[in-house]
Amino acid sequence: MIEWSAQHPRPLLRQPVNLAALAWLALGVLGALLASPLAPEGPIAADTTRSLLPPGPGGPLGTDLLGRGVLTRLLWGGRWTLGMGSLGLAIAVGLGLPTGLAAGFFGGHVEGVTMRLVDALLAFPGLLLAMAAVAVLGPGVISVAIAVGLAAAPAYARVARSAVLDVRAQPYVEAARALGGSEWRILARHVLPNAAAPLVAFAATQLGWILLNGAALTFLGLGAPPGTPDWGAMLNEGRGYLRDAPWVSGFPGLALTLTVLAANLLGDSLQKALRPH
Amino acid sequence: MIARYIGRRLIQAASVLWLAATLAFVAMKLTPGDPAQALLAASGATETEIAERRTQLGLDDPLPLQYARYLWSLAQGDLGQSWLHGRSVGQMILEQFPATAELAISAIIIGTALGLALGVLAALRRSTWLDTAATALAVIGLSTPTYWSGLLAILLFSLHLRWLPATGEGDPRHLLLPSLVLGCALSGSIARLVRARVVEIMEEPFVQAARARGIPPWRVLLVHVLRPALPTALTVVALQFGFLLGGAVVTESVFARRGLGKLAVEAILWRDLPVVRGVIVLGALVYVLVNLAADLAQAWLNPRLREELA
Repeated sequence: MIEWSAQHPRPLLRQPVNLAALAWLALGVLGALLASPLAPEGPIAADTTRSLLPPGPGGPLGTDLLGRGVLTRLLWGGRWTLGMGSLGLAIAVGLGLPTGLAAGFFGGHVEGVTMRLVDALLAFPGLLLAMAAVAVLGPGVISVAIAVGLAAAPAYARVARSAVLDVRAQPYVEAARALGGSEWRILARHVLPNAAAPLVAFAATQLGWILLNGAALTFLGLGAPPGTPDWGAMLNEGRGYLRDAPWVSGFPGLALTLTVLAANLLGDSLQKALRPH
Repeated sequence: MIARYIGRRLIQAASVLWLAATLAFVAMKLTPGDPAQALLAASGATETEIAERRTQLGLDDPLPLQYARYLWSLAQGDLGQSWLHGRSVGQMILEQFPATAELAISAIIIGTALGLALGVLAALRRSTWLDTAATALAVIGLSTPTYWSGLLAILLFSLHLRWLPATGEGDPRHLLLPSLVLGCALSGSIARLVRARVVEIMEEPFVQAARARGIPPWRVLLVHVLRPALPTALTVVALQFGFLLGGAVVTESVFARRGLGKLAVEAILWRDLPVVRGVIVLGALVYVLVNLAADLAQAWLNPRLREELA
């Protein structure tokens, strides 16, 4: 059904880069889910006798100013940061997919009006759009997720539309129509499954964008209240003692960069697999 | 006929700006809170004074009238008044604009130079380790948040090597680190698209023909390959302006620089919505104008497009 996965199921996963990217994402999600058994002391409890310890016996990734383990906070912070990314992606896909599907499948006025709107939104710098949304919704992690999701939705709608346009022209869609399939049935049974591959590939790329920009907003202090173990906020908190304790900002930044990189690499590989030349 | 293209493009740009302004208006109306109260909150004004101010600001008028008045004052360059400072938003933006423009322009120069070099190099040495390395660098550049690479740069160049100041502004030494950080982040996507375009051009028959005629390789590269790649590069750079505006906001915060970013972030935290709206509308204006200019330049640079339009 999905051409690339049927024809080249192995090369994609045989590439060490993709394996590493998947493994890293899985590790992050697992760490966030298992934060409470792995780090039962929690991300908030302070112990000032252990302030700013370097990575080592005191804590695998060191401790912050309040003596909290950076690894502990990273694990718990994954709930905020990866949760923000997932919610943002769900919003981007939830708004973009139906819009793009409808525009591509039904064409005509539906397409004219929605795509005009999508183009206008795309002509808007994404992070600025997200900042405007946070200004309206008020600071907070949920607002940030909604904001970046909204900002990412137009691009997803555009990709969904072109994916559907490609499939709509295929003979089997015409055949399904000739056999008397209803429009909705054709859309659900024939168009959507066959357009799925580019949609999944682009979702991975967008996850990277959403994480990068969502964490930028929390770094700027527009996310959860101070003290929340969100990766962007942690990066910001460590700035004050960058010289003496670079690990406090360094590791959250590394975790975030690797996560965005993993999402981008997966998106790239999927897209390349779709267009082998 | 090219006039028709320019006309169409102008209408498109204007409609995007109109939509941006309208979205900003709707967003302000959706936000809970009373602007008159916000304006007068600090001064301890009475209910009657606030009510008077509401009438004065036209907030009791029907929405379509408010909308029309808003568009009219926007068209005249009036962005309203800050709720927090009571000052003209246009004035506040004008004060911060040079600092941001300085950063954005130097970052785009660095990013374009680096991106072009990386992209062309990767395309010329296609499928070698150099290509792999350049491609990997581009993805890493795309994925690294400037708020992290900026801190790493400060750590290395300011705190350890003591080559450059970490924060502050004034002389070019202060500008170098932030614009390098932002420029490197920018170069990733430029490099990727330039590489793709150059690879495409290298396979064109006219390049093979030029080689067959014994034209020296550097000349083939400069005249036959890079020249047709230029319009693409131009469009890519213009499209990156959106990223650049957002990136400048974050980079300013990392290096504790003045600028629109600081203005916007403070305005969001204090819910000073007219200022937020002003920055957003200005961002859209700059972005639309840059892309309009790039499209027109491309129409002028690309003979095939020029002919198609004619």
